[in-house]
Amino acid sequence: MSVEVVLFWLFAACTLLSAAVVVVVRSPLSCAISLVGTFFSLAGIYVLLWAHTIAVLQVLVYAGAIMVLFLFVIMLLSLAEVGPGTKLSFSRLLGAGAAVALFAALLGSILKLPVRPDAWAADPAKAAAFGTLDSVGKLLYTSYLLPFEAVSVLLLVAIVGAVVVAKSRI
Amino acid sequence: MREFLDEIIRDRLGQDPASWALTQGVYLVAMMAAGIALTTFGALFAGLTSWWERRIAARMQSRVGPNRVGPQGILQFLADALKLLVKEDLISSASDRWLFRAAPYFVVAGFALTFVVLPFGYHLSATRMNVGLFYVLSVTALVVVGILISGWASNSKWALFGGIRAAAQVVSYEIPAGLVILVPVLMAGSLNLHDIIRAQGGWPWDWYLFQTPMGYAGFFILFVALLAEGNRTPFDLPEAESELVSGYNTEYSGMRFAYFFLTEFGNLWVMSAVMTTCFLGGWQVPGVSAENLARWEALHQVPGWFYLVSAAVFCAKTLLLANVVIWIRWTFPRVRVDQMMSLCWKYLVPAAMALVVLAAVTELMSFELFGEAARVQAPLFSLRGLIHFAFFAAGGLVPAVLFFRKTFRNISFVGDRVRPLSNW
Repeated sequence: MSVEVVLFWLFAACTLLSAAVVVVVRSPLSCAISLVGTFFSLAGIYVLLWAHTIAVLQVLVYAGAIMVLFLFVIMLLSLAEVGPGTKLSFSRLLGAGAAVALFAALLGSILKLPVRPDAWAADPAKAAAFGTLDSVGKLLYTSYLLPFEAVSVLLLVAIVGAVVVAKSRI
Repeated sequence: MREFLDEIIRDRLGQDPASWALTQGVYLVAMMAAGIALTTFGALFAGLTSWWERRIAARMQSRVGPNRVGPQGILQFLADALKLLVKEDLISSASDRWLFRAAPYFVVAGFALTFVVLPFGYHLSATRMNVGLFYVLSVTALVVVGILISGWASNSKWALFGGIRAAAQVVSYEIPAGLVILVPVLMAGSLNLHDIIRAQGGWPWDWYLFQTPMGYAGFFILFVALLAEGNRTPFDLPEAESELVSGYNTEYSGMRFAYFFLTEFGNLWVMSAVMTTCFLGGWQVPGVSAENLARWEALHQVPGWFYLVSAAVFCAKTLLLANVVIWIRWTFPRVRVDQMMSLCWKYLVPAAMALVVLAAVTELMSFELFGEAARVQAPLFSLRGLIHFAFFAAGGLVPAVLFFRKTFRNISFVGDRVRPLSNW
């Protein structure tokens, strides 16, 4: 068993464990901290897949900026610990249905993937460029330009919306 | 580091690294050794800086400072560490016990992880990561998560205020820092710290600081942003003693308290090393040109002294910058919260944004004008070299001379004698 395999199982176990803690634990702050662990373990799996850029962006954006924002909001709202809800409401059903549907869709596409671990390793030029900022950037600005720009417009709308909402209260 | 280890396995141990059974074991041992060495370096630097900073503070305030333990008091940090180790580890009963205990480890991890990519000299770094600069920015985010948790878990109003201030400050100043770091990245065309250094030169006019106006302005924006991110004066609002007792670490004692301060002093090295890499030419030795180095590398004959001299050059620049940060701490008063925020959002962020756009346009234009030649260092006596030198003289030397003249005038105006070499 190579080091990569050992590390994969280690990171996978950490991801699942900390993700489970996020769902189970009551205190919102502990959930948030556990989410940091999930993000870091995921970043480790990305590194094992040779996607360094995605791994670093994962830590930079999620474990850094987004987590700080989460913690900030939790602290400012000072949420009281709530007991387990037993009522079956429409939104709960909707959420559960959406989760199951997403899982089914992901599982379907994962099963459809060809299992060829050395598919790109055979081409040394492709393997050397894989996952670098260069190759990711080129893909983003050529093949995936439209979705990329659409997401940036979405973010701009979100920023403007946040300013409008906050301004009306001040 | 992998190539280096493979070379050792091949030449010293006489084995083929691709097929030898113990190759992975050698990697593992080497990684452990490198990790321990780098963490020890960080801790030692932080300890020595805590002594050095107190000595400088004392000098600037006409006091003596710690001078009892060891020659000139240099071993003071060992005595402090011993005291903090044996002190009781107090955890107040109202605090969130688990988070309270975990917070210092987050902070230390965010500090120690940066050493994975930081260069120390020619070919001297644990890894040569393709996304090195982004990596430094991303793992330092752990520090603020730790500070925020420590403030919350203490369950004390002073700690909470300190933690929330720290979060607001660091998240805000990450934006100008992240933007302005793109200026050297655009100029070098890489995020790898070694590539950024190699794109610069040994002499001051080859540094990115003096190559373009964007680099010159970007240096100061990055300096201010990193000061704020490291919670250094004049941006030490999260631990403002006069308002918040001691800020986020108010409830901590013993070794957990020491971890926070270890990180803070150690961050001096991290921020100075990043500045040195991005704008001050890193480990480039004056007189050794890029062609020289390329010739040595092609022949596999990089002389041994070059490793040492480049490391010395890098450390000298970094320590000098760290010293400037210490001088600033004992010179400037703390800014107010609203001043801190308006400086970031109203001035630094728009300026950094403009610099990035300008740098991108300039790079594109120089690529159009000079073609592939724009990628390599220009010799001094060429059109590009002269443009750079003119900017170096106008943008760097003139303000420096004016600043020193003004400083000397101010000192002599008060009636003090000006002694340039001994007054520091």
